[in-house]
Amino acid sequence: MYRYDEYDQAIVDARVAEFNDQVARRLAGELTEDQFKPLRLMNGLYLQLHAYMLRVAVPYGTLSAPQVRMLARIARDYDRGYGHFTTRQNIQFNWIKLEDTPAILELLASVEMHAIQTSGNCIRNISSDQFAGAAADELADPRPYAELLRQWSTFHPEFTWLPRKFKIAVIASDTDRAAMRLHDIGLKLVRNDAGELGFEVYVGGGQGRTPMVAPLIRDFVPVSRYVSYLEACLRVYNRYGRRDNLYKARIKILVHEIGADKYRAEVEEEFAGLKGLDLDPPAAELERIQAMFAPPAFETGLADAVDRSDPDFALWVDQQTHPHRAPGYAVVTVSLKPVEGIPGDASADQIDLLADLAERHSFGELRVTHAQNVVLPHVRKADLHAVWQALDAAGLATANLDLIGDIIACPGLDYCSLANARSIPLAQRIAERFADAERQRDIGELKLKISGCINACGHHHAGHIGILGVDRKGEENYQLSFGGSGAEDASLARIVGPGFSEEGVVDAVETALETYRRLREPGERFLDTYRRVGLDPFKAAIYA
Amino acid sequence: MKVLTGNDLRTGAVIWWTGTDWSPHVEEADEVGPDPAAVIAREEAARRVMAAYLIDAERTADGVRPKHIKDRIRAAGPTVRADLAVGRLDPADRAWVI
Amino acid sequence: MTLIRFRDDQPTDEPPVTLEHFLDDAGTGAVRLEPGDDARALLPELGRVKLVEIAFPTFRDGRGYSAARILREAGYAHELRAAGDVLIDEVVAMRRAGFDALASRAPLDPAAVERALARFPYVYQKAADAAPPVWALRHG
Repeated sequence: MYRYDEYDQAIVDARVAEFNDQVARRLAGELTEDQFKPLRLMNGLYLQLHAYMLRVAVPYGTLSAPQVRMLARIARDYDRGYGHFTTRQNIQFNWIKLEDTPAILELLASVEMHAIQTSGNCIRNISSDQFAGAAADELADPRPYAELLRQWSTFHPEFTWLPRKFKIAVIASDTDRAAMRLHDIGLKLVRNDAGELGFEVYVGGGQGRTPMVAPLIRDFVPVSRYVSYLEACLRVYNRYGRRDNLYKARIKILVHEIGADKYRAEVEEEFAGLKGLDLDPPAAELERIQAMFAPPAFETGLADAVDRSDPDFALWVDQQTHPHRAPGYAVVTVSLKPVEGIPGDASADQIDLLADLAERHSFGELRVTHAQNVVLPHVRKADLHAVWQALDAAGLATANLDLIGDIIACPGLDYCSLANARSIPLAQRIAERFADAERQRDIGELKLKISGCINACGHHHAGHIGILGVDRKGEENYQLSFGGSGAEDASLARIVGPGFSEEGVVDAVETALETYRRLREPGERFLDTYRRVGLDPFKAAIYA
Repeated sequence: MKVLTGNDLRTGAVIWWTGTDWSPHVEEADEVGPDPAAVIAREEAARRVMAAYLIDAERTADGVRPKHIKDRIRAAGPTVRADLAVGRLDPADRAWVI
Repeated sequence: MTLIRFRDDQPTDEPPVTLEHFLDDAGTGAVRLEPGDDARALLPELGRVKLVEIAFPTFRDGRGYSAARILREAGYAHELRAAGDVLIDEVVAMRRAGFDALASRAPLDPAAVERALARFPYVYQKAADAAPPVWALRHG
């Protein structure tokens, strides 16, 4: 994985010093909150319901064991003993003090981490595939390209005061594990007919108030020029994105309002003008980064078989492991969705355990997924049982990946000052109702996503079942929708009908799944059956 | 009644206007009086609070209770973590929050 | 109001006029661009421009940064001035975007500006200033 050189370290250290200075000026009254707020947001420090919340960047969801240990230390020493993994592959701490933040950022910098641009109207964390470098179906590891963009976007002088936040995802496989089409810019690495590597560029996706799937803006931009192409995309947005209305300021609104063709033409003109300005890093820079993502020294001649005599272990292997490109290895997804837990939360002790397991069993690497789980990317099959036992002892061995128990839920009204309703208790009610593991497996793949407000941080528009919490005359109310997908078959969920109480929506979900089981054909997931038969049979059953 | 709430600038802790100063305990919140905007402006300028705002609350036998669920959760802590209760509230006695 | 210039030449004493006025009157040489103005409208007339003042009514509106870079990319070499809500925390980006004069509405301490400009030893990307991006330092 990427290792800082003196330049990277100097830049992060300077940022730490700068924020230290800004905090001091704020505490001394030299900066008003109005002036300070955008500055602290650009260092990931939000004011939330109970305290300041610090969002630490996890570039393309990749962490080293020492970094994971530092996160545990921050949870323990500066927070209330836990952290929350987010739907953008980052980690959040909910109980941070402003006066501690300079010290925390200094500690993070000591392990090559930061909280730069995890908030604010700037380019945010570049996300990617949590199986990068491990799964067999990728064209190449997408993360070096994401790292190049991370550097390009950091403190970019032209794009620090955009109309609104900007989220970029990079993938390199046909299977989209990063919800790439639902980002402001999505990049897919491809090879053209001449055999050259480049990107399909999608612009204008997003969730929030007006969800949209990003249209294809360019079917190929060569690797040697994708940075200057993105400059052109961002410049058109910075110049023409709406600034009159907070809720119409994302690039998806611009692309929608002027049309993809016009946007594409504007970008092409800008792109042509930027040629010859030498904005693209040389190939040597990409190669330098790629060398750091070279595959680890996988052993050969390893046993491929797994001893399945322990039935609980066998179920966990079936659900939580994914085929690895290297024979004898497996990709392990660790569920952070135990039945009575809080989706995406991990205690300091659990985070320390994950660091140990990463170090001993995964070449020192851990990943964060946008579904609020974590991944040990390179585990020897021979070690799976020991890993499972360790996870089980720590409450991290729930076998529910992509099943109904694997719920994505935003922090909601329990934590977030933007929320209208709580999402975590609903996730817990649903997980309890469907706690039976056999029943979950019978239902099969079911991506259920809950957001506590219209900002959709729980990605409910992309849920096979999506739930939106609203405030209805002072009471929490829940809107149900079906048919969304964040994968390569991207689609937006459709509202089913009038909303429900918390208890009512759990019943409605159960009714919907009973209807699915009645109508399904062999091999169909809930999403497939819904797409085949439409909303009516479900609606009729739910509102009968 | 109308009370003011906000956050401590240094620590981010939720605080409530008592009429004379800021307390982390919602039971000590008091009626803000005729000019909340002036109080907010003065207190924010003095950096004794940040992000202060006016809310509806009622005085009950057990103390001051904010009317809106968001403010009640701010007063008591996340409903899903009784062990993270804030203020003086008994973690077991949080039924009034929701 | 504080004016800080990073140029050795004498500033023009011509007051900047609006873009519309500038394009109408071939005798003018100083123009002020509002955030919604198109900087490229100046390109055919760049020869007579001695001062471009770009307005920042609020520091949050970042359109001026694009306008500045566009002008520098087109070869504009005279004074490029950021005017309005110019705060210490914006000066680095402004210099990098091509501004060589800062006219802040509120008082700005020149010593603090110097400190801010000296804080970051390296930059990651190429912009309108002369700072080499880190990738150029890495690969000579």
